[in-house]
Amino acid sequence: MLDYPTLKIIWWLLVGVLLIGFAIMDGHDMGVGTLLPFVGKNDVERRVVINTVGPHWDGNQVWFITGGGAIFAAWPLVYATAFSGFYWAMLAVLWALFFRPVGFDYRSKIANATWRNTWDWGLFVGGAVPPLIFGVAFGNLFQGVPFSFADNLMSTYSGSFWGLLNPFALLCGVVSTAMITFHGAIYLMHRTDDAVYRRSRTAMLIFGGLLLVSFTAAGIWLWQGIEGYAITSTVTPGALPNPLDKTVVREAGAWLANYDRHPATMLLPVLAYAGALTAMLLAANGATLAAFVASSLAILGIIGTAGVSLFPFIMPSSSDLRSSLTVWDSVSSQLTLNIMLWATLIFMPLIIVYTSWAYKVMAGKVTAAYIRENEHAAY
Amino acid sequence: MFSEQLVDLSRLQFAVTAMYHFLFVPLTIGMTWILVIMEAVYVMTGNQIYKDMTRFWGKLFGINFALGVTTGITMEFQFGTNWAYYSHYVGDIFGAPLAIEGLMAFFLESTFIGLFFFGWDRLSRRQHLLVTILMAVGTNLSALWILIANGWMQNPVGAEFSYVTMRMEMVDFWAVLFNADAQAKFVHTVSAGYVTGAMFVLSISAFYLLRGRDVEFAKKSFRIAAAFGFASICSVIVLGDESGYTVGEAQQTKLAAMEAMWETEPAPAGFNLIAIPNEAEMKNDFAIEIPWVMGIIGTRSLDKQIPGIKEIREKNRERILSGMEGVTALEALRKDPADAAMKARFEEHKADLGFGLLLKKYVADVRQSTPEIIEKAVADTIPRVTPLFWSFRIMVAFGFLMLGLFGAALVYSLKGNFADKPWLLRSALWMLPVPWLSCELGWFVAEYGRQPWTIYGVLPTHMSVSTLSVNSLYGSLAGFIGFYTVLLVVEMYLMVKFAKLGPGSLGTGRYDNEYAHA
Repeated sequence: MLDYPTLKIIWWLLVGVLLIGFAIMDGHDMGVGTLLPFVGKNDVERRVVINTVGPHWDGNQVWFITGGGAIFAAWPLVYATAFSGFYWAMLAVLWALFFRPVGFDYRSKIANATWRNTWDWGLFVGGAVPPLIFGVAFGNLFQGVPFSFADNLMSTYSGSFWGLLNPFALLCGVVSTAMITFHGAIYLMHRTDDAVYRRSRTAMLIFGGLLLVSFTAAGIWLWQGIEGYAITSTVTPGALPNPLDKTVVREAGAWLANYDRHPATMLLPVLAYAGALTAMLLAANGATLAAFVASSLAILGIIGTAGVSLFPFIMPSSSDLRSSLTVWDSVSSQLTLNIMLWATLIFMPLIIVYTSWAYKVMAGKVTAAYIRENEHAAY
Repeated sequence: MFSEQLVDLSRLQFAVTAMYHFLFVPLTIGMTWILVIMEAVYVMTGNQIYKDMTRFWGKLFGINFALGVTTGITMEFQFGTNWAYYSHYVGDIFGAPLAIEGLMAFFLESTFIGLFFFGWDRLSRRQHLLVTILMAVGTNLSALWILIANGWMQNPVGAEFSYVTMRMEMVDFWAVLFNADAQAKFVHTVSAGYVTGAMFVLSISAFYLLRGRDVEFAKKSFRIAAAFGFASICSVIVLGDESGYTVGEAQQTKLAAMEAMWETEPAPAGFNLIAIPNEAEMKNDFAIEIPWVMGIIGTRSLDKQIPGIKEIREKNRERILSGMEGVTALEALRKDPADAAMKARFEEHKADLGFGLLLKKYVADVRQSTPEIIEKAVADTIPRVTPLFWSFRIMVAFGFLMLGLFGAALVYSLKGNFADKPWLLRSALWMLPVPWLSCELGWFVAEYGRQPWTIYGVLPTHMSVSTLSVNSLYGSLAGFIGFYTVLLVVEMYLMVKFAKLGPGSLGTGRYDNEYAHA
């Protein structure tokens, strides 16, 4: 069995991998959902758009479900505190996600324009709201969240839903939405032709630009305007987790301290820019598959930047500093982390293999002709 | 502590969303294997009608599946949103099967369901059959992992409480995995799903036969459903949950409550076929008892005793008194972890810690528990008998009713003359809702029967919730009910529409009703 400090770090990385996997896989079909009402101007075009992700959205959504399950298993205190504290934000994500399975499966089963148009906007909500709220949630993590633990580790959240919607958090919401929509636009370019392709190309340029601008703005704001958090007591990485057993201070610039300490981590923001710019360039020239890889790398860079800036914090508390949750003190037991690591090492490669196979089977452009031929079978 | 209203609303929301989710799950579980059977026959015989059967029943399966997915995400969110202390307290054990469920089962099921619907023209026959099989395996594996998690709530093996981390921690993963309670639950629950799938196909096929349409298609579907359903209902009854009821105390308490067994009877105990339980006086005002039966099905023996409610209450009183010491020692240890005397006292009473927490419903400092409070806590340890007693009996009666139906359907299938038996076809049609009712009753017995605990003997329900306002709960509950009502109306509308259209909805030109949808 690996030692406890190593497992704690591995699980920080693995949760990151799952979040990045979620953003790349479920992200592209959420982006497709967001763009659906705008790049599809008539029913056949909209069905083309929907069918690019038709066979895959359900598998992709499992990245989200598994990410949630992994946070529950590896960071139970984070799962408990974040989900209950962000109660209405979480319900908004959940209720937005309701529109996806039924939207995809039910939309084309009835040939009625109002029915179909309603589900199209439902798919828009299901695609646009979750990335927006996740971005807002990340924005709030940087500012600290008002929660505290009682002596028995029962958490109380003292903020409100509207308090989450502050300017910096909303800016992070824009970064996240732009990132996902940009990525979805590239995927759509890869899988469509004609008018849908051209409109997706325009969307790709708009959201790529928005991503670069908003990411830069958020970075400058974080550097100049947001106080970070730092642990002042001695950290014993191998200790049994107890979040109340530490002291924490707020200090300016603390969120950038890791880049000074480990300059190699600067590669992550660099990857964010390089990936996004390369993806725009490649996509604009029609190299859509390579562009999809580049935008996936951009996602890795952006989420990685957020994670490294926060490290070792996961969820800092603004109302009771020592209650802040970190990678050292919000984790499961050594045994559970170890079992979960084995489960991930065994199943993740299998998942990647059969998911790739599924995409390979369904590869190629989805065209208007395909929709007409598969009137009853396609979404 | 939490207000009673908050706890009740959290429970109500969980019950509503879980039981709603379980309207869709059993059908999904059962239909996957029926689709595998139909497609396997197609691959073996090359007979086109079996492919059409797979596609048509698959279409109805898809309509159901969409809501299963939708409502399933709620379940994963809800432990965190509404049961935060629970999530912290047992996440170390409970979270793992959920995460493994995602990695091992959901990915498999969800990736291959896409290819099941979209891969017909892109895969060879054998490849597509493999896809369908993997989808079925994934679905059934997800049932396995969620029932391992649920089994642990009933019989929390392989874990210990740590006063440093203030939670339960896993000490033996294999004990959690091979928990006898979980295994019994798995077999019983998936079999119930198979029955649901079989009833669905049987009823709708009977409907076509009664109308005299798509006769060949309906006959072939009916036969498969009859055979699969008969095997499954036998499995539900014979390998029933009953075999798990001797495992652990939670199940013993549940068993005593659902059988209205107030006294410990000499073995083998009798079975109350019908009774009017009197909770206040702890006796049955009226009972028709069949001697021996309870002892035999409950213990699979003639000489093992089954404890009655009164005996269980007395044991629980001891445990509450011991748990009171445990909680007191724990709270002292949290303030001063170095206190060796307290540590020794804590270790001595650790096993009863959960019982001490029962007192927290009435008093923050358990040392101040009066004899009345202790009496209340003892009374809390037994769930209400009447609802359990009747839910269980109705479920069992439904089970035997379905055994009769599937038995008759199988016999006349083998004789080949079921299509000429309108009474059989009509019974099949009218019994469509029965498996759903049975499944819901079964969940009610399992979960309500575990009260007052979320984790038996470890964590009381009243301590498990999130610190939310009562208004938040009213809001979210209203939201769920609103969304779920609309979704159910939409789903039922589509299901009825496509069931009525029949295989003609595939647009192949081979069936009745071909242009009805145009």
